[in-house]
Amino acid sequence: MIVENLNLSIEGRPILKNINLTFPVNRITCIVGPSGCGKSTLLKCLNRLIDNVDDTSISGRIMIGDQDIISAPYRDLIELRRRIGLVPQRPCPLPMSIFDNVAYGCRIHGMHTKKKELAEVVERYLTEVGLWDEVKDRLQSSAQRLSIGQQQRLCLARSLAVEPDFILADEATSALDPVSSKTVEDLFVKLKEKYSIIMVTHTLRQALRIADHAVFLYLGEVIETGDAKKVFGSPEEELTRKYLSGVFS
Amino acid sequence: MKKIQSKYIEEKFFQVLMWAAVITVMAFVISIIWTICVKGFGSISWEMVTSTPGKDWNTADDGGFLNAIIGSLIVVLPAMLIAMIVSVPVVFYMNLYRRRSNWLSYVARLVYDVLYGIPSIVYGAFAFMIMVAVGMRASVLGGIIVSTLLIIPMFIRSGDEISRSVPDDMIDAAYSLGATKWETLKVVLRQVLPGMATASLLAVGKAIGDAAAVMFTAGFSDSTATSLSSPTATLPLAIFNWITMPEPFPGRAYAAALVLTVIVLILSLGGRWITGHFTKNNL
Repeated sequence: MIVENLNLSIEGRPILKNINLTFPVNRITCIVGPSGCGKSTLLKCLNRLIDNVDDTSISGRIMIGDQDIISAPYRDLIELRRRIGLVPQRPCPLPMSIFDNVAYGCRIHGMHTKKKELAEVVERYLTEVGLWDEVKDRLQSSAQRLSIGQQQRLCLARSLAVEPDFILADEATSALDPVSSKTVEDLFVKLKEKYSIIMVTHTLRQALRIADHAVFLYLGEVIETGDAKKVFGSPEEELTRKYLSGVFS
Repeated sequence: MKKIQSKYIEEKFFQVLMWAAVITVMAFVISIIWTICVKGFGSISWEMVTSTPGKDWNTADDGGFLNAIIGSLIVVLPAMLIAMIVSVPVVFYMNLYRRRSNWLSYVARLVYDVLYGIPSIVYGAFAFMIMVAVGMRASVLGGIIVSTLLIIPMFIRSGDEISRSVPDDMIDAAYSLGATKWETLKVVLRQVLPGMATASLLAVGKAIGDAAAVMFTAGFSDSTATSLSSPTATLPLAIFNWITMPEPFPGRAYAAALVLTVIVLILSLGGRWITGHFTKNNL
């Protein structure tokens, strides 16, 4: 995924300024930066959920292969969104059973139309996120009854079921307890073999643990980007050094 | 010390005021229900709710007001269905197909709020004016039309409030899976349907007890309506007519009020049951 000259304003106020980024394939990219610097907003641009925010003005390109999601017409946008999974900050299961939550994406895209096939897909992705053993006896029960950590893993399984290329995670562990948080982190490390993961995190330690590629954002601008070991270990920019040493957060 | 003491006195004072308000309102409601029950049960009989007025209805106990019960139901229930069919797309258009702060949504909300505040007698008079212009007489159809107009703003207003309570995260979750606006709307519908069903039952409960709207439009009749063009008695209008007439009509008015109260109670309890039973998968 390549972001070219992305500029975004909300209510006339510039939020993202001249963003140019390349997100590597089959890696975990962590976007870090102080509160309010535009990390989550950048993530919303990547799958054009920014369309749901009032009074926005966006320019630039976000290339997925040879398709630009920013200028994509409605039908292409629907397909492009399928290719970009989202794990939100607050887990939000759909108002359906556990089975139907995972199967929802497949159903709306006409994937795995046979009942047996769909059941196998649901089992596969629930197993992949480590939830199968915990829920196999109650697949028809409401997804709301799961714990928050289980709901977050369910949201991940739901996104994976439509076979995306990218997974966006917007502070996906911030609402979870430490044990659930570690489980989800370990999942991301395992999943990067098949998917490209772009994470926004407010927790520097988390980024240090799992990031392969890092982006430091400050006041809507990319200050530094590159290999995580280099950005976190020996940053080139003064602002990055200040952020990493805790001068501001 | 004095300031600390005065804040506790202030709190106690408003606590007492709140209790007094709750007790006063409850006392009014209980006294209304008590009066209806005592006088209604004193007058009601099985024959009254199961038969239409006989030929001596005006002078003696001959028959009942089944025609008014059926009349109320055949006016309000179709009105509820039509109002739902019209209102649900409006609610979803304002909340999903257009951004919530879109100017058309703003104007629409303002218009529906104004319509909500218009007294039902005005709806009745307006509908009567239209009926006269097109040469339509007071009938079941007239009653259905005016009840529909009465229910629509109520339904849109509560539907709008219910839709706004759907978390944006849920809508984003559906969109992020590649759902179209229509598919996302179906997800939102699952979330709001129990609330909408409750809102519709409450709107019906209000409309079924409204005499002013049907006064000029549904007419009145001692027999059960046989077609859409027949005039029909309704419970609230029957109560309105009978309460000021000499005995035995006031007793019948209280009996009709009791039946109407029971219908509204059943609808309210039904609404609560739907909410409890069908929200197991919801946030």
